[in-house]
Amino acid sequence: MKALRLHRELSAIWGAPPGWRGTISTVNHSDIGRRLILAAFAFFAIGGVLAMLIRAQLATPRSAFIGPEIYNQLFTMHGSIMMFLFAIPMFEGLAMYMLPKLLGTRDLAFPRLSAYGWWCYLFGGSLLILSLLLGVAPDSGWFMYTPLSSKPYSPGINADFWLLGITFVEISAIAAAVEISVSILRVRAPGMSLDRMPLFAWYLLATALMMLIGFPPLILGSILLELERAFGWPFFDTARGGDPLLWQHLFWLFGHPEVYIIFIPAAGVVSTVLPVMARTPILGYRIIVASVLALAFLSFGLWVHHMFTVGIPHMALAFFSAASTLVAVPTGVQIFAWLGTLWAGRPQMKLPMLYLIGFFVTFVMGGLTGVMVAVVPFDWQAHDTAFVTAHLHYVLVGGFVFPMLAGAYYWLPHFTGRQRTFRLGEAAFWLIFIGFHLTFFLLHLAGLLGQPRRIESYPEAAGWTWINLISSVGGFVMAIGFALFAIDIALQLFLARRAPRNPWGAGTLEWAMMTPPAPYNIASLPRVGSREPVYGEPDLANELARGEGYLGAARNGWRETLAVDLKGQIRHIIVLPSNTRLPICTALATGCFFVALLLKLYWLAPFAVALVALLGWRWAWVLGRCEDLGLLPIGRGETAPTHAEADDPPGWLGSGFLLLADATLFGSLLFGQVFLIVVAPNWRSDHMVVGSWLVIAIAAAAALLAGALARSADMRVERAIPGHLLLAATLAVSQWQAPAPSGSAAGALVGMLNGYGLLHIAIALLMLVFVCFRHRAGFLSAARSSEPRIARLWSDYAAGVGVVVALASQLPALLR
Amino acid sequence: MFIASALSGCDAPLSALAPAGPTASAIAELWWIMLAGAAGILALVLGLLALSFRRRSRTAPERLWLIGGGIIFPITLLTALLAAAIVLGERSIPARAGAMEVEAESSQYRWRFSYPGTGALPTDETLHIPAGRPVTVALSTKDVIHSFWVPRLGGKMDAIPGHVNRLTIQASVPGTYFGLCAEYCGVGHSRHGFQVIAHAPAEWRAFAAGGRP
Ligand SMILES: [Cu+2]
Repeated sequence: MKALRLHRELSAIWGAPPGWRGTISTVNHSDIGRRLILAAFAFFAIGGVLAMLIRAQLATPRSAFIGPEIYNQLFTMHGSIMMFLFAIPMFEGLAMYMLPKLLGTRDLAFPRLSAYGWWCYLFGGSLLILSLLLGVAPDSGWFMYTPLSSKPYSPGINADFWLLGITFVEISAIAAAVEISVSILRVRAPGMSLDRMPLFAWYLLATALMMLIGFPPLILGSILLELERAFGWPFFDTARGGDPLLWQHLFWLFGHPEVYIIFIPAAGVVSTVLPVMARTPILGYRIIVASVLALAFLSFGLWVHHMFTVGIPHMALAFFSAASTLVAVPTGVQIFAWLGTLWAGRPQMKLPMLYLIGFFVTFVMGGLTGVMVAVVPFDWQAHDTAFVTAHLHYVLVGGFVFPMLAGAYYWLPHFTGRQRTFRLGEAAFWLIFIGFHLTFFLLHLAGLLGQPRRIESYPEAAGWTWINLISSVGGFVMAIGFALFAIDIALQLFLARRAPRNPWGAGTLEWAMMTPPAPYNIASLPRVGSREPVYGEPDLANELARGEGYLGAARNGWRETLAVDLKGQIRHIIVLPSNTRLPICTALATGCFFVALLLKLYWLAPFAVALVALLGWRWAWVLGRCEDLGLLPIGRGETAPTHAEADDPPGWLGSGFLLLADATLFGSLLFGQVFLIVVAPNWRSDHMVVGSWLVIAIAAAAALLAGALARSADMRVERAIPGHLLLAATLAVSQWQAPAPSGSAAGALVGMLNGYGLLHIAIALLMLVFVCFRHRAGFLSAARSSEPRIARLWSDYAAGVGVVVALASQLPALLR
Repeated sequence: MFIASALSGCDAPLSALAPAGPTASAIAELWWIMLAGAAGILALVLGLLALSFRRRSRTAPERLWLIGGGIIFPITLLTALLAAAIVLGERSIPARAGAMEVEAESSQYRWRFSYPGTGALPTDETLHIPAGRPVTVALSTKDVIHSFWVPRLGGKMDAIPGHVNRLTIQASVPGTYFGLCAEYCGVGHSRHGFQVIAHAPAEWRAFAAGGRP
């Protein structure tokens, strides 16, 4: 009875109101996770339809089905949708839904941020689909090589849809990455030290950190290309000192890690599902963690791997070739850890295991062809042919889609609380598996027979006809398989019988709650003492439901969960924000900004930015309180402060991760400057800023002033404002004297550097003014000092950026 | 067999597996070696996977799996593969020193070849080279990125605005070989092809002297 009362109280606190009000205001991780998964699947279906059209066109030589204008949109959108609107959001959704449950806690660290990311994804993705419906979809290929995607060769709005739509969607990726990293590092059940975390959390932590470093180069590249297209800033235009190779470097700095960003979470699903199917703990937990981190690290050394044919020096080719094959080692460690686990256990051929077999067969083949294309001489032949098309589908379908299907059937009883009654899943597997290999296996051969990528028509005489016909038939078989999968899931949602709790006999905490889960996940938080806390504790779920763990009582209508340190010791109570429409409003304002740029209504863009800033202010203002609460009881006789009174609040760590991504973007910009100075064939040194030691000296003094003032007594960080104003004035004057950004790449780079610096000073100023108002309103005290601390972090970053910008804009001329 | 017939040169004018020059031959040889190795590794992994469902008495020392299978096995294979690739790669690249140079200018859906240092006039859509000699192609573009690829003569190289990339090709015997643009370059990409005619010495001398081919 106590369990039932607690369930009612907690449901009232954590649930969303019924109807559309709840739909637009919910910030609960289960809601957001489910939506991401469903939307990603819908985009997958759209991308699949495009693939079917592509295969229909290629089934016969000299096909007159669709012309090149439409065909080019189809393959560009197929790639873009599958990468940006399906794969990434799909695992983000799974992560958001599953992580708190696996970690034995109630929600993620920043619920409003994940809701904001969701809306950005939905709006940005819809924008791209709209372009398809209007017949003006991007058509420069999903890697958008300049100058084909530049204004002279793509004068229409098509490329702008890609650059702006994808950047809009990337906001959600960065938001998810910050959310996932902080949640894993901070928001777990007490006692769950990092080496007791489920492996899935380790994989996601590695992925999230990779996203923070992998996505910014693409975001920067998109900003630069849009600036070139819209305002003529010639970053990639050879005639004015730019270089199209800069785009390729920025794109693949993102694009190669991207493949691992997609694979690693899926490997995490394999490492979660496979030991349960084998009925034994996984072999070599620590070696697996080390290999995942090594894989994440190595994947950043490989981007040139996609550029073996652009004329890179010989030695560099040898290096990147070696590095590319080296990633096979951590991948091999995992493959053998999985095989060893199967050998050590008693594997059962249940449905998730069947999909894992599909993963093994397909992914190992994709990995082997991956080693082949990493060998430079072979890549000279295989590059940009159907061989690569086949290879990448083996890697992505093998390494992502099959594990996700295994995960879908594994966790479906958790999502729905029901068990399968129909046997459609097996039929779907065979159709997908056979269809896939029919589609792609022979395409390897077609590539070696000379079939290039991205052609809409080929001559009979080339000898590729029979392969393409088989491939098209296979594609339709695979599509029927996916349709059957969708039908199976729908039937299970609505018709199946109730499942027992923990049907697979798994050991992780998501199975210690009712299914489908309540909005609060668990009525009280367990103390975790092992990696598989559900094993050997058959009554754990009931104990938690009765509120016998931590936070086992509703208090003040607060959404409470616990923050722990790396060792799993309790640090403080996190009081999470409740349902709010701020995320959707902010996403709409953000969307206004992107649509204004897309429609070239440039006067509207500053208003949208001001609206976003205003909402951001509101976002921070509605939290906090005006009195110190001290230590509060958290159950089991222990006490903890709330996060507002903690010295290491999640917001600080989140800001830190966001700044890591931001700094990577800035670093990519500096890389771009050095690259153009060294490589661009027509770099105009006479168009550089004249160069003045005085500007550097004043900027440095202003930054030091801002840093020192922010450190004055009693956390009155707003005293740093004069330092920032001086720094902003310095950069503004330096920009005033700089050559016009549209005249040369040198001028454009300086404009971009100063713009970046001024934007960050503006953000810092906004935060410092905010803190000033919070002091006046009584929200801050000696104990409640987390907001000034966060503001100081941003203030310090802006000051540092200001100095680097001054150096980067002045030094090239001074050193010449 | 289906595949065997597809691989023969006459049926497959663009086949990298029907090489007609030293680079393409070396790469085709590398491919067959890698294919055999890959098939072996695939068989091993899938065999281990299948056996895990069969075997009853189980001993699975963690070290053997992770250190032996996961680290030593791939490192050994990859080192051998890389060494083979580097040796083959170096051997397969025809000496650029002493090679004659021709220029290829690509543009949206055209190729124009010129022959500096000879009396030959520029040609469109057809590249003339002497057979049995290395020829370096200096690649440039008038507009977007294209890529020069003659599969039977081996290797491809991008033509990038503002840059001149060089690719050395060699045809062992006189004949006509087909080439195509491998980098997506817009609506005419699939039609952006060309041919290479490799001439016997006497024929080449006539062409280089400015005669009509
Ligand atoms: Cu072309």
